[in-house]
Amino acid sequence: MIRRPFGRGASFRPLPEAAGAGAAVELRAVTKKFGSVEVLHDLHATFEAGRVHALVGENGAGKSTLGRLIAGVHAASSGEILIDTNPVHYSTPRQALADGITMIAQELLLVPRRSVIENVFLGTSGDAVTRRRLRPRYEALCETAGFHLPPDVAVGDLRIADQQKVEILRAIARDARLIVMDEPTASLTGAEADRLLDVIRLLRAQGRTVIFVSHFLSQVLAVADTVTVMRDGHIVRQGTTGGETADSLVESMLGRSLDQTFSAPAPVADSAATVLEVDGIVANGSTKPVSLTVRAGEIVGLAGLVGAGRTELVRAIFGADPSRGGRIRIDGVERRVRRPGPAIAAGMAMIPESRKDDGLLLLASIRSNVALPHLSALSVAGVLRLGRERRSTDAAIKSAGVRGASPTQSVSSLSGGNQQKTMFAKWLMGSPRVLIVDEPSRGVDVGSRQTIYDLIRRFAADGNAVLLVSSEIEEVLGLSHRVLVMRDGAIQAELTGTEATEQAVLRAAFGAADTTATSDERDLS
Amino acid sequence: MTATTTLTETPEAAEPTRSSRHVIERVRDYGIVAATGLLVVALALLSPVFFTAANIGNLLFQATSVGLIACAGTLLLISGGFDLSVGANFAFSGVVAAMAASVLPAPIALAAGALVGTLIGACNGLLVTVGRINPLVATLASSIVIGGLAFLLTQGRLINVTDEAFRAIGTGRFLGIYLQTFIWIGFAIVCGLILAFTALGRHIYAVGGNAEAARLSGVRVTTVRTAAYALSGLAAGIAGVLSASQVATGQANVGASLALGSVAAIVVGGTSMLGGEGAVWRTVLGVLLLALISNGFNLMQVDPMFQQIVEGVIILLAVGVDAWARRGK
Repeated sequence: MIRRPFGRGASFRPLPEAAGAGAAVELRAVTKKFGSVEVLHDLHATFEAGRVHALVGENGAGKSTLGRLIAGVHAASSGEILIDTNPVHYSTPRQALADGITMIAQELLLVPRRSVIENVFLGTSGDAVTRRRLRPRYEALCETAGFHLPPDVAVGDLRIADQQKVEILRAIARDARLIVMDEPTASLTGAEADRLLDVIRLLRAQGRTVIFVSHFLSQVLAVADTVTVMRDGHIVRQGTTGGETADSLVESMLGRSLDQTFSAPAPVADSAATVLEVDGIVANGSTKPVSLTVRAGEIVGLAGLVGAGRTELVRAIFGADPSRGGRIRIDGVERRVRRPGPAIAAGMAMIPESRKDDGLLLLASIRSNVALPHLSALSVAGVLRLGRERRSTDAAIKSAGVRGASPTQSVSSLSGGNQQKTMFAKWLMGSPRVLIVDEPSRGVDVGSRQTIYDLIRRFAADGNAVLLVSSEIEEVLGLSHRVLVMRDGAIQAELTGTEATEQAVLRAAFGAADTTATSDERDLS
Repeated sequence: MTATTTLTETPEAAEPTRSSRHVIERVRDYGIVAATGLLVVALALLSPVFFTAANIGNLLFQATSVGLIACAGTLLLISGGFDLSVGANFAFSGVVAAMAASVLPAPIALAAGALVGTLIGACNGLLVTVGRINPLVATLASSIVIGGLAFLLTQGRLINVTDEAFRAIGTGRFLGIYLQTFIWIGFAIVCGLILAFTALGRHIYAVGGNAEAARLSGVRVTTVRTAAYALSGLAAGIAGVLSASQVATGQANVGASLALGSVAAIVVGGTSMLGGEGAVWRTVLGVLLLALISNGFNLMQVDPMFQQIVEGVIILLAVGVDAWARRGK
């Protein structure tokens, strides 16, 4: 169904030349509640017209929510939002759109089966307008935007970076004066992200206002005029980008300096025995045999670029995907691990990359989730001992620090942090010898992160082995005793102690002596 | 759908207020109990015949086939499966039992029918799991094949059984209640116990809730799914031989309404079409509710055309409440 947000013929207004009049935003004592939970507290801020404003903060700091408030996706619970000094009360994106405010969300809102040109003009053009009449407008639009896309290709066939450009074209077609972009570079390669930053600069040159929500600090520093740092639903700081560095921003985001986040891991005794030994395993989709060992008490980090084969490797070790060749020994005993079941029986546990897709039964209770891998241990002749299940899971849930929830509550009602802690409860309950964690802090708030780091460290300190995959370089360096850097499915470097620096990891990850870090760093962080 | 409307449908934005969602969820969870209870009370007040042993016995007896198939179907639906072939399987199992009765002792012939039903179910399971065919398509196709086989075996004729022992289980009574009724209630209890109190039951929920998460937790997804299909086949087989036993006849053209009738009962009970949620007691109530409606229309001597309309509306209501309660989750 085609809707016309501009109503009566307004959609035929001529294209903006250089729009010239971006929108300014002012927040006065804005709060936002979801249910009874206040997620944004008493925000005061101004965003000048015609400039690029970055919103930065940890996951859960409230930056996306603030972006959505400005774009009318959510309505503020109290306080006032002023657009060009006029108070506005948007409750739908359409109302914001009428004032020239639009949002490019993290998940793109395009119709994949339709062509580029149809998507661009979707909602702005009357039904009578034929494609032919739209063509010149489309060409003019591309000229304004400074890039060109083939108009007749189905959007679903485009790469993500180009789909994003479709959204930008659509924003310009709607005569947007203010564009909120929520993590627009998250799924782009370094070069694509650079091109997007150029487009943002062009939008600014045309006088449009851009609110750029991102956690890629190098990009923020490169493109934004002002930066607004958020933490736990508060605006901590707002100022020009000029005097900022990545470190100064991180410090404000965390509320403490970076070094304090990770204390040095307790050293592993030289005499510690090897717990996990992987010898020449070839992961699914790879051709290269990989070997590694993890000793008792040791946390081994796997670093590398997205696509370097880290997740594939750990999934092969756990038997989640088919693998070829190779031997796996746990505590010196060779184990055949072709499926997750035998891997679990051999003492392995894996907390997968995406807890929603691969980890949790969202509709089920915390208790059933935690008990799932251990049902045979909890039953006699196939019949569950409910009392035993309750006691064991309660203890596991408690020791993993899942807070504020009854074990019978459904997992879908939990925060990201508590969901991840539920995953830890689920796997630590079986007292495994080897814990594989893939992106343990993704989508987890700052407080829960600490708990999760403590859980990982405590587990290792009890004489077990941890294999940690993380794209957050500080996390890998901060938690691991030893870092293995992967590239193209093979282990490129092994770094311990003082050699394990950000630069060394990056160098090995790119397989180059020198890295042009700023644009490439984003793939890691 | 345009981008602007999609935007408003992000989970947080569409979140209904806590209290209204609470109410909707309660309606979904316990609506079936209230509806069945109310209907029993209403029928008891409106019709003097309703609460007679003969009427209740009849009501339960008539629900046997749907009841058996729906109970197994609940486990199947929770596991994320679907079986359109139960009707054909029902007919085929009955035919097999009736034909086997001419050469084998009656109990063995009946068991053979149920066994064939189970095997057909297991084949469906393998088509869906190992063959990776969509469950609707796989079981629709297999139901056509099975139906064809049944006609091939019978040449379109009725297979009459002369052995009196063959009729015993279908027509026999104990304490005035049909043995068939005991069988379906017993089967429902077994299904309910499996689902609620065994590792297999938990695995069924897990596989339907998130198959990949279940697999990575060590659950043998293929085995669990195939077992659920086999159970569905077993139920169709038992229902088929009971029905054949009752009329001492095997015939190829029966059971056409069973697949959708059983799904209707499951859904009315409140088990989700999407898998991962549900319970056998709900299905038993769903079967009873639909049986009560049918019974009520008979007792009140209302035109049966209205019965269909009422049943359809009730199914829509049940599914609608479920969808409503899920919104914003």
